[in-house]
Amino acid sequence: MTLASIIIQLLNGLAAAASLFLVSAGLSLIFGVTRIVNFAHGSLYMLGLYGAYSLIQFFGRTPLGFWGAVVLAALAVGLVGILIEVLVLRRIYRAPELFQLLATFAVVLVIKDIALFTWGAEDLVGPRAPGLSMAVEIMGRRIPAYDLVLIAIGPVVLGALWLLLTRTRWGALVRAATQDREMVGALGVDQARLFTSVFFVGSVLAGLGGALQIPREPANLELDLAIIADAFVITVVGGLGSIGGAFLAAIVIGVAKAFCVGIGSVTWFGFEVSFSKLTLVVEFLIMALVLVVRPYGLLGKPQAAQRAAEPAPRLQVPSWTFALVWLALLALVPLAADRYTTILLTDIVCFALFAVSLHFIMGPAGMVSFGHAAYFGIGAYAAGLLLKRFGLPMEAALLLAPLIAGLFAIVYGWFCVRLSGVYLAMLTLAFAQISWSVVFQWDSMTGGSNGVFGVWPSAWLSDKTAYYYLALVLCGAGILFLWRVLFSPFGYALRAGRDSPLRAEAIGIDLRGFQWAAFALVGALAGLAGAVYAFSKGSISPSSISIAQSTDGLIMVLLGGVETLTGPVVGAAIFTWLRDVVARNTEFWRAVMGGVILLIVLLFPQGLVGGLKALVVRWREQRA
Amino acid sequence: MLQVADLHAFYGRAHILHGISLEARAGEVVALLGRNGAGKSTAMKAIMGLVPPARGMVSFGGKRIERLPPYRIARLGLGYVPEERRIFTELSVMENLEVGRQAARTGVPTWTEEKLFALFPNLARMRERPGGRMSGGEQQMLTIARTLMGNPSCVLLDEPSEGLAPIIVEEMANSIRALKGEGVSVILCEQNLHFALGVADRAYIIEKGQIRFGGSMEELAANDSLREQYLSV
Ligand SMILES: Nc1ncnc2c1ncn2[C@@H]1O[C@H](COP(=O)(O)OP(=O)(O)O)[C@@H](O)[C@H]1O
Ligand SMILES: [Mg+2]
Repeated sequence: MTLASIIIQLLNGLAAAASLFLVSAGLSLIFGVTRIVNFAHGSLYMLGLYGAYSLIQFFGRTPLGFWGAVVLAALAVGLVGILIEVLVLRRIYRAPELFQLLATFAVVLVIKDIALFTWGAEDLVGPRAPGLSMAVEIMGRRIPAYDLVLIAIGPVVLGALWLLLTRTRWGALVRAATQDREMVGALGVDQARLFTSVFFVGSVLAGLGGALQIPREPANLELDLAIIADAFVITVVGGLGSIGGAFLAAIVIGVAKAFCVGIGSVTWFGFEVSFSKLTLVVEFLIMALVLVVRPYGLLGKPQAAQRAAEPAPRLQVPSWTFALVWLALLALVPLAADRYTTILLTDIVCFALFAVSLHFIMGPAGMVSFGHAAYFGIGAYAAGLLLKRFGLPMEAALLLAPLIAGLFAIVYGWFCVRLSGVYLAMLTLAFAQISWSVVFQWDSMTGGSNGVFGVWPSAWLSDKTAYYYLALVLCGAGILFLWRVLFSPFGYALRAGRDSPLRAEAIGIDLRGFQWAAFALVGALAGLAGAVYAFSKGSISPSSISIAQSTDGLIMVLLGGVETLTGPVVGAAIFTWLRDVVARNTEFWRAVMGGVILLIVLLFPQGLVGGLKALVVRWREQRA
Repeated sequence: MLQVADLHAFYGRAHILHGISLEARAGEVVALLGRNGAGKSTAMKAIMGLVPPARGMVSFGGKRIERLPPYRIARLGLGYVPEERRIFTELSVMENLEVGRQAARTGVPTWTEEKLFALFPNLARMRERPGGRMSGGEQQMLTIARTLMGNPSCVLLDEPSEGLAPIIVEEMANSIRALKGEGVSVILCEQNLHFALGVADRAYIIEKGQIRFGGSMEELAANDSLREQYLSV
């Protein structure tokens, strides 16, 4: 590379870093004060792009029209943020943190469909910035003038935020609340209003980050989850709650990506290495590296625990009769049901195992995973590829797939168990995204974005009912096995470790080792679910390993409730069934699902099964 | 000024306060004495709304406050100084004071930074120092000063003498007397009877979440068996 091209890539990277920084700073600010991991933050960014697109059309392509549209779009997104805070989150600040997460997933679904309804499914290509569409020549290369403006905007916003946080009363309140919001309340500060204002500022930053991208990137419906992954990575690399850290991390990652694109393919020692293909994973590699070296990010500090964890309620062992009665019922269904119901039930059974394995790791083992689809997807791909590329019989592929998923879980888990809390969750997301990128780009092996076709079971299982029984037996056994494990000494040790890590270590439990083993176990069983699912569908696509698939799993678990064993199964059944029913009747199934989830969140802050139990208890008490 | 009647409070399922009643009149310093774990801090948190009272009545300045959130109670002019101090460690002394600031109230003294620095001269020398880099005594003064920035008419003061060097304890006693001089009522949690005797007008004794004694400091000083039963270690 010549010096000129290095400088050009550097400038490219800095221009890309501006928006990344704005979005991440907003996320960090909101998380610091409200302790909510706001998945809907990426949706706000997406709305920023769409909003700017429409407003520019309305105002006309003049410099004033363009910049007016950008600012107005950002402010409008700020108002959307206020709406989200006031209508949804404010009602559940006292609910368990995971339930707040569920609410933000629901908001993602709703906003995606609002955007679909308003702007349609096509990508919308925005205009170039009027007055800045020319290129500036730097060392013989041409670089868009707009990029230079973006490069300047990053530090300007950083400076403005710094002034706001250190030179105003609002800033003092925000920083104080980040440390101890209850005390701030006891000093007479209305938390609700403070939270709303923080949400506004954070959302404006997300909206501005999006709006500024309109000359560089078409507005589309996939941006919400794509950018939230970026923003998570940057906040975590920079250190949660550190605005300066977010700035630094955005630059590191923006520049690293730009260099990957710029270098393209090079040949080293006779091997062709494609750096441009690395673009999708480089940020996750950086994050994995940073977290292993500095578990709290570049400029972060260990987080103070904000609230004393409520003691988790005791898990009840589901009785054998209960399990057997249900299995018998499920076994009888195909006798009465049509082909369509049988297929739906097969899906439900697969997702039930997926959800139960996720519940195992996030509930009893206390390690929230945002990337559980990795193991589901790897299981599915392993099954499909062993069959199609390696010519193994279907039965062998089905049995080997979970082992391969388990192997990946062992590798990923080794890193993950070194962290805890939000950092751990983000690292799981990173590994899932790395897996997705590899699958997505390795055309010759995985079929790339098209996926793998013709993944059908052997002849004796080709009947849908026969395959349903296979799925029921395998997934049912997987679920019962996981439940048994919870009540083995291993399961008790995991829960002891979750409730008081120090004490568990003190009585000689090798907590990290146990958590690692748990990771491998749930990875293998999620892989089994994925493999069974793959053969039931006959094809596999990268979406089986996507963030959306991971969040689906989280929604299933949280909908049912983390605090009961049967919750995830119920959640998986309701979610899969509802999605199927709704999707057949409306294009806007996401909004309906999101709406239903929001209703449930607001009505049953302990999850469906927990909420129903509480209702039953209250009803009994009233009768007694 | 402040009246509490039959107040009950729980942590989860643990029943901690079993119906306590007490009262502080305007301009009075009242001590709430009791051993470690007796329920003193819980009583203050329940009055302040930080632990929502399960049953009972709290009235402040003639208003019922037992169902209000803490910030509304603070805005009525009831100040709270927690036992753990809960200084904002990242914020400077001036910023800590800023967080506590509320509008002036009629009929109660209005505090400014300068007036507080006169009361706590140590703080004046470290205006820009982060709260995390102060000694225990300095933090204790800052936490009181921070609450006073809200111009309270009554302050709940949880064990201000705890863990402080004797000379600082003496300064603390002077500050409390100065507050009384300004007309601010104080409810003071203490295990340290000697300290309470020096500043309080009246005292209550709390044990296992129940009030066991209420009366003047003279009565308490005269009653050896009472002190032995509930206070001596
Ligand atoms: N956050 C809490 N959760 C559960 N129990 C608590 C909590 N805080 C205090 N307690 C219990 O409540 C009782 C009263 O405590 P506290 O009010 O702090 O007493 P004091 O301030 O008089 O020392 C003690 O038995 C203590 O163990
Ligand atoms: Mg106490």
